[in-house]
Amino acid sequence: MADIWDGMRAAFWLIVQLDADLMEITLRSLHVSLTALLIACLIALPAGTWLAVRRFRFRRAAIATLNAFMGLPPVVVGLIVYLLLSRDGPFGVFGLLFTPTAMIIAQVIIITPLVMSITHQAMRELWSEYHDLLISLNTSRSQRVRTLLWDGRRALLTAALAGFGRAIGEVGAIMIVGGNIDHVTRVLTTAIALETSKGDFALALGLGFVLIGLSLVISFLTHSLSQTERSGRW
Amino acid sequence: MVGDLMPLDIVGLEVRRRGKRLLGPITHRFGLDGLTMVIGPNGAGKTTFLKALHGIERISAGDLRWATSPEDAKGRQAYVFQTPTMLRRSVRENLAYPLRLNGVRGGDLAKTCEAWAERINLSDALERPAPRLSGGERQKLAIARALISGPDLLFLDEPCANLDGSATADIERMLADALDQGTRIIMTSHDVGQVRRLAHDFLFLHGGQIREAGSSGQLNDPQSIELKSFLKGDILR
Repeated sequence: MADIWDGMRAAFWLIVQLDADLMEITLRSLHVSLTALLIACLIALPAGTWLAVRRFRFRRAAIATLNAFMGLPPVVVGLIVYLLLSRDGPFGVFGLLFTPTAMIIAQVIIITPLVMSITHQAMRELWSEYHDLLISLNTSRSQRVRTLLWDGRRALLTAALAGFGRAIGEVGAIMIVGGNIDHVTRVLTTAIALETSKGDFALALGLGFVLIGLSLVISFLTHSLSQTERSGRW
Repeated sequence: MVGDLMPLDIVGLEVRRRGKRLLGPITHRFGLDGLTMVIGPNGAGKTTFLKALHGIERISAGDLRWATSPEDAKGRQAYVFQTPTMLRRSVRENLAYPLRLNGVRGGDLAKTCEAWAERINLSDALERPAPRLSGGERQKLAIARALISGPDLLFLDEPCANLDGSATADIERMLADALDQGTRIIMTSHDVGQVRRLAHDFLFLHGGQIREAGSSGQLNDPQSIELKSFLKGDILR
């Protein structure tokens, strides 16, 4: 119990003093995860919607695979990205290993299936509601996708938040491809892992509370900006 | 112009699902103008028939022969569903949607939407979310949204089901106006009174087949026993 109190006290002081290291680590966490989220959303939102609208032969298999990829083990993703980016790997020439870019790549791979699957679920319902009308109005496929994306934007927010949650709290992959290098690739989660293994529980917990607080702030911010729960069902 | 879209000849139209024949074979000619009422008991195939004509129900056999190409015909019709689908947007955006698809933008768009909102008494509700309108308002909005891009042929599936008298009267007035503008209308209805008020000609479906068809005058002198009992309000099986 004492450890937890110490942790809270440590978190409090770290935040109040605007600890330079903490700020740097937090901003890097945000930078990596938000960039990964942005890229993942650009891929997953249209792709998930398209999957809901389009009927094709291997649709069922595609959806099953997608759902399985939601639980992709980050460590394995990290390992594969590591091998791809390492000097002997096919993308070794870019020298990306142990950079924030490598961490972003790994996180995009981890969260895209998650965001896409949630998008597909939500869009499937909306599509069954809109199906007849949009077909009757002679809409093209891209018009249908755009209409669904716009009218289902609240559900997409949930998908994006889920993706963000997974990215910001993820440690396995970014530890491997980032290397947890101080001032270069150290983020909140890798710092927590490091402090814990060093036995500095107070600092580790402090960082942990900052991490949780960050998630809360982002979630509240998006909800208040998009005014969900305020204007009825949609 | 309706003239280069209609008449519509349907020849041997059939709709089968899972080996069961839901509709047909139906052969019929829809004339140049006026309002054709498709009547019949529940399960007679009225909705399937309308959807097949509109091209959103797959046809198993037979032909639709428009006076123009099928692609051209497709772009000149509108359909109002039995339970109107409201886009999760404001009333204004619901009205604007078909216009936007046709590339209408800016001042013209706003003006047309406002004019139609006024016609359906929703001027004050332009910015309200459409899914939260009452049943009658929703149906009127759906009809306005169907008419706003000026289709030559309008399908309506039971537009007045579950509506009270005043909403029904409003909708019948909208349909009469559309007819005056030269829109061809094909609709279904359960309400024998409405059939007599609106129909120029009728088509009586039973068990997926046309049992009787003719001008509205013929409703006073039905030939088949089924139509007779349907008009009397008896339950048909």
